[in-house]
Amino acid sequence: MAKQALPAATAAVTERPAPREKPGPLEYMRRWPLQLMVGLTLLFLYLPLITLMAFSFNDSRRNIVWQGFTLKYYEKALANESLIQAFVNSLTIAFLCTIVSVILGALAAVMLWRFRFPGKTALEGTLALPIVVPEICLGVAMLVFFARVMPWPTGLPWPFNLGAITIAHISFAFPFVATVVRARLASFNRELEEAAKDLGASEWRTFWDVLVPHMRPGLIAGALLAFTLSLDDFVITFFTSGPDTITFPVKVYSMLRFSVTPEVNAASTILIVVTVVLTAIGLQLQNQKPKEDKA
Amino acid sequence: MEQSWKQAKTAFAAVAAPPVFWLLLFFVVPLAVIWAYTFGENTGPITIDFTGTFANYARALEPLYLGIFAKSLVIAGLTTALCLVVGFPVALAIAFSSPRAKAWLLLLIMLPFWTNLLIRTFALIAVLREQGYVNFTLEWLWNNASGFMTLIGLQPLGEYEPLTLLYNNTAVVIGLVYVHLPFMVLPLYSALDRMDRSLMEASLDLGAGHLRTIWSVVVPLAAPGIASGVLITFIPALGAYLTPDLLGGTDSQMIANVIERQFKRANDWPFGAALSFLLMYLTFIAIALQALVQRRADRRG
Repeated sequence: MAKQALPAATAAVTERPAPREKPGPLEYMRRWPLQLMVGLTLLFLYLPLITLMAFSFNDSRRNIVWQGFTLKYYEKALANESLIQAFVNSLTIAFLCTIVSVILGALAAVMLWRFRFPGKTALEGTLALPIVVPEICLGVAMLVFFARVMPWPTGLPWPFNLGAITIAHISFAFPFVATVVRARLASFNRELEEAAKDLGASEWRTFWDVLVPHMRPGLIAGALLAFTLSLDDFVITFFTSGPDTITFPVKVYSMLRFSVTPEVNAASTILIVVTVVLTAIGLQLQNQKPKEDKA
Repeated sequence: MEQSWKQAKTAFAAVAAPPVFWLLLFFVVPLAVIWAYTFGENTGPITIDFTGTFANYARALEPLYLGIFAKSLVIAGLTTALCLVVGFPVALAIAFSSPRAKAWLLLLIMLPFWTNLLIRTFALIAVLREQGYVNFTLEWLWNNASGFMTLIGLQPLGEYEPLTLLYNNTAVVIGLVYVHLPFMVLPLYSALDRMDRSLMEASLDLGAGHLRTIWSVVVPLAAPGIASGVLITFIPALGAYLTPDLLGGTDSQMIANVIERQFKRANDWPFGAALSFLLMYLTFIAIALQALVQRRADRRG
């Protein structure tokens, strides 16, 4: 309207601030149907999680109507020894899995990036398998493996009793790390490595002082991925865990089977917060990379 | 240029040995054992003989199990289609938003992906159950509508009957869409973000509408991204265990649930192994199809 009025308008009309710019042809985000779509999708993704977190503070066992703020379910969850044990187990497994996966993944990435060797395509394909094979198949394979081929000794002291689960987690996590690190290595200038060697650096020194610093962002991203994959995993753990080696997801699953109590909400909220904080730290570490690269 | 392994044998051995060893011992061997089991027979409570029989595969092709395979394919296909229908506009909106908004929206889409699958499924139960928030909202609307009807002199609507949103196939599909939506949005986003926008502008300038432009310009250009989004949604949906287990009813069993039962309660490992391998073959077929689409798109590009 303002536009049509403009030619006719006299100088008396004070120029109003232009109405909000019309969206450009490709600014889909500024059109209402898509805004609505994005809004609804985010609502769909977040509403369940937010209600879950909110109701962990609800002072009512039935968990339906808001009755007032309380922390008692957190106290209960924190006093539940087997839940805490499961939580500690999960974090320990995730931690061990991350360390080993990053080492194995980085080595695999360097091997595939640096060398030509017979059977390389086959190896690449096999390395990609753990990423695509359905979790349930890997889960039952691990179950059979640890039941018949290489029985993990029972009755070992903590944390060695977690060995079977940790091994299973590493098997599916390290190929993810290898993929991420290899993508990072693609941007490495091989001449740098040659230069280091010409200047007398040994293989090891070149690897440690030239290649590893370049891989660092990939290693961090890979570590983050391995940690969350391990912390998240239910299916494979479900098949490899024994009665003494319960992880947090397995514990929550059995709690859910019995009854849905606000205690589960509280425990879940703690895990969500832990994951979000770790992800934030990981992303922060990754975002620091451009500055270092230029230096 | 890659170096031949012969030029630096020690370095190659040092780098290659640990991952190759791990992959062989803790991945290839377990899968090989399972594969061998598919040709085995239960001869005792815990003894399995490798007799080279095909009976397990034959049993998997019985109508009962074929039905479950078909059902899993349909549920996974439906999930993928819904993810695509919801995810495409969202990815489009994100790809064409301002850089600041883009970063935030991507983070918002990715964040649930970092949250535990079990917890997300549990959260969904609280929303969908008969005394959940969806039913509360509907009941409130119903009662208000009912009150409004009496106000204008019509019959009230009667008691609100809560919808059964859980423990059926619909719940499984909703749950799978909920869990896998980020898998779809991210590859679509990266394909749309890389696309040459001048082609879209040209199409719009030449008078095609937005829908027509999207359908005849954007979709073909983004085909490889769509194919990979479809693939990485379809594969985990096909092998889903937790979602049908927690949200499904007695008739919502998917392949993974049947496999689990063979290995735990039914204790028929050879048959469970055969089902696992059939599921894996289906996965490989899906991957091969995607590679085909990719190759065709590359050739055209």
